[in-house]
Amino acid sequence: MQPVRQLSKKTSQKRSPKQVPKQTSQKLKLTSKGAKAASLSSNVKKDLKKTPKAGPFGGLSQDLLLNMHDLMVKSRVLEERLIKIYKAGDAYFWIGGPGEEAWGVTLGMLVNKGQGPKHDYLHLHYRCTPTLVAMGLSMIDSIRLIMNRSTDPSTGGRNFSNHYCFPQWNVAPVSSPIEVQYVMALGTAHVQKRHQANALTVVTGGDAGTAEGDFASCLVWASRRGQELPILITVQNNLWGISTSYEGQHGENQIADRAKAFNIRSRVINANDPVESYLAIQEEMQYIRKTGKPSFIEAKLSRLYGHSSASGANLISHEQDCVKEFEKKLIQNGLIKESAAKLIWEKYEEEGFEAQKIVRTEPVPTPESIWENIYVGSENADWRKF
Amino acid sequence: MANMAQAIRMALNYGETHLGVKDIFGQDVGAPLGGVFTATQGLKNSWNTPLDERGIIGMAMGIAMTGERCVAEIQFGDYIFNTIDLLKIAGNTLWVTNGNYPMPMVVMTPVGAGIRGSIYHSHSFDAWASRLPGWKVVMPSTPKDAYGLLIAAIKDPNPVLFLKPKALMRVRGQELIPGEPEERELKAMIDAPIGDRTKWTAKWPQLQEFEVPIGQAAITREGEQVTVVSYGRHLLLCNQIADELREEGLSVEVIDLRTIYPYDWQTVKRSIQKTGRVVFVNEDTEVTNFAEHLVYRTTQELFYDLLARPQVVAGKNVPGIGLHPNLEDASVPQKHDIVEAIRSAIAEVP
Repeated sequence: MQPVRQLSKKTSQKRSPKQVPKQTSQKLKLTSKGAKAASLSSNVKKDLKKTPKAGPFGGLSQDLLLNMHDLMVKSRVLEERLIKIYKAGDAYFWIGGPGEEAWGVTLGMLVNKGQGPKHDYLHLHYRCTPTLVAMGLSMIDSIRLIMNRSTDPSTGGRNFSNHYCFPQWNVAPVSSPIEVQYVMALGTAHVQKRHQANALTVVTGGDAGTAEGDFASCLVWASRRGQELPILITVQNNLWGISTSYEGQHGENQIADRAKAFNIRSRVINANDPVESYLAIQEEMQYIRKTGKPSFIEAKLSRLYGHSSASGANLISHEQDCVKEFEKKLIQNGLIKESAAKLIWEKYEEEGFEAQKIVRTEPVPTPESIWENIYVGSENADWRKF
Repeated sequence: MANMAQAIRMALNYGETHLGVKDIFGQDVGAPLGGVFTATQGLKNSWNTPLDERGIIGMAMGIAMTGERCVAEIQFGDYIFNTIDLLKIAGNTLWVTNGNYPMPMVVMTPVGAGIRGSIYHSHSFDAWASRLPGWKVVMPSTPKDAYGLLIAAIKDPNPVLFLKPKALMRVRGQELIPGEPEERELKAMIDAPIGDRTKWTAKWPQLQEFEVPIGQAAITREGEQVTVVSYGRHLLLCNQIADELREEGLSVEVIDLRTIYPYDWQTVKRSIQKTGRVVFVNEDTEVTNFAEHLVYRTTQELFYDLLARPQVVAGKNVPGIGLHPNLEDASVPQKHDIVEAIRSAIAEVP
């Protein structure tokens, strides 16, 4: 149950609260180069008005494809920025989702975003940056999380990178123990079923974690006859559990086969392809919203930088890179110019760089804050004061 | 007078009719059984789950994330152990999200020995529960307190563990719950009939809201010579012992802690300052027992008020409660163990 191990022993700089400026939310100021990139990016959309017919893009519109590409690049650049932050000694640990952009971004684009049971709930694993970027996560908020600043909106500096939490978007807290999200997802789906608002719950997790009992619990509870739950159960199969290969952990042909045993509609997709991912997620979401029943997707994809910083966080060059592949395809089909694509990368590189500089100046949690939010309203939980 | 199972049932009914509880669930919690101790009979929002403790706790956590109120049951405390990491997460969710995600959920489970339940129907959980920061943990010893504590638990915006002393589930109280009808009438109204229950529905009495605030102990016997702090099943035993020793001229003050965390230190402290002697009694195993924390605090804060060594009377540190009465009685505190501790505390010369 401990996916995160061998934490780095390196100590990063600690800043006294007195040494840091009080500002907590500086706006990013792009240089002229970044601004030009942003401008060019929107111009690209205007210049290339043709809508691809089926073929490699499944009939998706040009605007949607370019938006998808933009978000995938943003997510990748952000994750690579997080790795740089770790390697620069500005963070204690990195774990994240480079390689899951084709899956994660399209998932984030398709959810019914909002707060409460009438919107979709998301119980995500710790490779979910692409999904949240697509939902509107800013780079600086992700950087605040990895640099454990008190300005971090997800945890206030209390948890690792990619351990997001956004109640305003129904994003449940990401946890380090793997697979526990699969049983919590049952609860939000149960409430959504009661509200009958065509909303659904999404749960994501890795292939290795499917060995945990909570994965089986999810299949059992979601599929009870007459009590089926509106839940999109997904597994991101990158063929690795930290350092243990898929073959060392699985006897089933496909993980998706396990869903079949519970009469849950299931499919396996190439989730390195954003178009295939988008169409599959869209179709399964429509099915769930229409029937109120669960659906299962096994998403096969890459793990581009290994498990975490504990395993080096270096690029695994032989893994398929979904962002590069998609970009290549867009260029080959004339949907974006190479120069324009390059500027998108540069724009986000600059945004991430500037964000890191800002976050370095932001306050860190104070020692006395350990007693805050143990109970609602920070009701006293310190027995010394009972 | 209502017994504890009836009191819990009535509190849950109050919860579903007045406090927005939409889900009361667990293994065999719904019809037709209504709980193995009948504490959930006749409720409109009760339902049966798969036999899956982790699913039950996970379901409760998910419901809590939506802001809705629920009460989940683990059929016996003995089976809650495989959910302990989920309980940890439920307790740390508000904290690790820096206040973003409250987890308003109640988990109730029967605990302790006293019904000849053998190794897997006799576990205590109070010491384990005290090591779940973020949770509030309560344990009643009377039906009236069970009613009032459960209502307080449902209203609380934090996760609350409601430990039911299983040996007391059929024990009647000595105080009426406000609005409680006469015993026979109550039974006719809310106890499911034996046999076919398909056409039966409960007729709920018009009970008044009555809350026992979480974190508030009760002095159940006033005394001058020694303080006895307990909760749950052993509290009643301590009351009985105090009454009997009074006949001998010994004056024992008994405190029902009622809440294990956040506990009512001020009531305990005042009593120890008065008596100078204290015995803590519970049936969880003795090594890293919750009472050891209370003894630690007693020695740290009240060392110079003490006239005798603080004592802990707790379960033996053995793997389980054996079925034969000789084994159970040797494992969990018996009346004579408590009497002996009280006498020795009073007799000790500083």
